Amino acid sequence: MKTTARAEWFAGVRAQLPILLGVVPFGVIFGALALSAGIPPLETQAFSLFVFAGSAQFISALLIAEGTPALIVVLTIFVVNLRHALYSASISQYTQHLSKRWKAVLAWLLTDEAFVVASVRYRERNNAHSHWYTLGTGLTLWASWQASTAVGIALGTVIPENSLLDFALPLTFVALLVPLLVDRPTGMAAAVSGCSAVILCGLPYKLWILIAATLGVAAGMLAELRLGRAKDLPQ
Amino acid sequence: MKSAGALYLWTIIIGGMLVTYTTRLSFILLIPQERVPTLMKRALRYVPPAVLATLILPDLLLSDGNLSLSLQNYRLFAGILAAFVSWRTKNTWLTIGIGMGALWLLSSL
Repeated sequence: MKTTARAEWFAGVRAQLPILLGVVPFGVIFGALALSAGIPPLETQAFSLFVFAGSAQFISALLIAEGTPALIVVLTIFVVNLRHALYSASISQYTQHLSKRWKAVLAWLLTDEAFVVASVRYRERNNAHSHWYTLGTGLTLWASWQASTAVGIALGTVIPENSLLDFALPLTFVALLVPLLVDRPTGMAAAVSGCSAVILCGLPYKLWILIAATLGVAAGMLAELRLGRAKDLPQ
Repeated sequence: MKSAGALYLWTIIIGGMLVTYTTRLSFILLIPQERVPTLMKRALRYVPPAVLATLILPDLLLSDGNLSLSLQNYRLFAGILAAFVSWRTKNTWLTIGIGMGALWLLSSL
């Protein structure tokens, strides 16, 4: 690892630390909840290891507890995770020069939390070693998800939600969002998607994330067409 | 509770892994960049702010599923304060610290 690659790696790990405050309790709760849904410890850990998608795992545990047919559960996981295709498209513009192996690993780690952190970094200071940043941030999240699931399995009882810790995740997202609002189109994208999310978030299967984000993106493009964008930005 | 069957569970785990990984791989590896339409490339600039706002606003504005714009909604107040701190300082830890501190202070008053 060259020095810059190492620096990028550690910067990626550090960037994920505030996020973990919000993610780790969810992993612990998943471990405990899956057990009470009738999923044995080995399979519970396998869910975190192989599926590695928080909200889809929670919904699966619920469906499994109700004895839902396997095909329906898998289809539900697919719908819940469709939004990752959006992330994949967004990240792909920065990963074209990488080998297939790198692409395969980075795609494996592409969760909500890794995506938002990595995409902000790519926009602000993309360089030849940025993939190390994305790897650092993704692996930190992956390892914490495994460890927190294991803790939840070991404890076996549902941990009461701490509303203060719960609040760390939206606050981290605020810290990521605010610097991105550099002109009126980006502001429009955020305003429209945020308001749509508030209206739509009763929709099942996290579909509202996909719909609200798409509406926001459309609003941003319309605003760009009418108002123009900030000139000093990359891309 | 009776525990679910191994074949049933592993079908879900492997199936869930395949569909999840395929959506994550889609544009990074499976669909070549030159096949991505220009319009979509222009749209991608707005994906991060749109996704972030989507994830934030319901957390701040809804309490128990109902819209809450009153002063009783401490999360909204703390969130606005955090946004202000982020705008002035661009510091992640300060933003989280002040936001959580504000929520803690308000709810313990």
